[in-house]
Amino acid sequence: MKVHVDMNLCQSHGECVLAAPDVFELGDDDVLTWQEDVDESKRAEVEEAVDVCPMMAIRIED
Amino acid sequence: MPGVGSGDHPDRIVIAGAGLAGLRAAQAARAAGYEGEVVLIGDEPHPPYTRPPLSKELLKGEQTAEQTAFPGLDKLDAELRLNTTITGVDPGAHTVALDGGTSLEYGRLVIATGVRARMLPAAIDAGAGHTLRDLADAARLSDALAGAGRLAIIGAGFIGCEVAASARHRGIEVALIDLAPQPLLPLGPELGARCAQLHRDRGVDLHLSAAIERIDDHGVRLADGTEIPADLVLIAVGAQPNTEFLAGSGIELAPDGGVVCDATLTSVSDPDVLAAGDIASWPHPGAGGERVRVEHWTTAAEHGRLAGANATKDPAERVPHVAPPYFWSDQYELKIQSVGFPARAARIEIVEEDDSGRLLAEALSEDGELVGAVAFNNARRLAEYRRRLAVEYA
Repeated sequence: MKVHVDMNLCQSHGECVLAAPDVFELGDDDVLTWQEDVDESKRAEVEEAVDVCPMMAIRIED
Repeated sequence: MPGVGSGDHPDRIVIAGAGLAGLRAAQAARAAGYEGEVVLIGDEPHPPYTRPPLSKELLKGEQTAEQTAFPGLDKLDAELRLNTTITGVDPGAHTVALDGGTSLEYGRLVIATGVRARMLPAAIDAGAGHTLRDLADAARLSDALAGAGRLAIIGAGFIGCEVAASARHRGIEVALIDLAPQPLLPLGPELGARCAQLHRDRGVDLHLSAAIERIDDHGVRLADGTEIPADLVLIAVGAQPNTEFLAGSGIELAPDGGVVCDATLTSVSDPDVLAAGDIASWPHPGAGGERVRVEHWTTAAEHGRLAGANATKDPAERVPHVAPPYFWSDQYELKIQSVGFPARAARIEIVEEDDSGRLLAEALSEDGELVGAVAFNNARRLAEYRRRLAVEYA
């Protein structure tokens, strides 16, 4: 699956980093980086990240 | 997956309240494999929407009301009843009473009715003052600000401070007034002083340790005689639970109006009734097992997910809520984030800070034990403390 984050919305809350630590990461400058191509085995974690993002900035594109 | 009905009651989960907690509860029940009916009841005309932008992006004109709608409603697989107020609960009969005189039977009930903004008696008497809780409030406030030169805000908590920042963004003169000696009381005096300075630097007229004598259409008069002229007044003095409809039902309420729950968010009075979000009062390991009530966005989301899943399970199989409370607040270019229970700390100590004001503070108990952390523009470090406390509480 493809993971998309709208960086115009992202405010670096870090919710996704806690939900799916293998997929999302906050850098030293608090800017989010993430894997765009994610293995299906991580779907539940990424779906949780989508749900817990306060900015509704994360989308899964199947 | 077995249903939630029993001999006399239907296989139906009714969720009272269609905010974030209610929505997540409905989604979680389905995610847990529940196949019975799910009915989500809300008293507002809007489908579930997210509230944090109401004091920020909406007031600044950076987002529209439509953009606050939660995605995924098309896949919800629940009956959504809007404009519907729950007027009572009869746990014996397993029914909720609805406005209009009808009632609805449930197998299990999740209460997620949230809180509403508190009003001040002085403002009620004068018929003056806005509050900010829902989309209708935000639209009224934003319209009123369009013609306003001066705004007085009573209450320098998170809503008051965020609206102050948003109004300054619109070029409006702001007076921010609080009875406390600092804004953002839960952050402790040192961080509170920094926030006070931030607002002063942005031109906010800050009145601390200030009691209100009178509120009217021309502004606010303080107890020391200071007159603060204003075109409109916002009352931002906290919130109270929407749980009056439970009075006399036998569902136990705490003195503050919270629904008294066990660790699994199940009402201590009835295993078929659960609570989620702002109104749930439940024992938390980070508070030494004492009951807490937490009015944070993230807690509402977590509670909803947990209560919705737990509602599909037998009481013995339900899971406790132990995640450390997390909240954030955006004011100007400052992002404040907090985890744990800083308001319960004996002291809050800054442990890292740079010239830009970016900092991390630890909230410590009397014995020096970590009970929380606060970050200013320091999301990555805060996430580390969040993980640490989550492990500790698990």
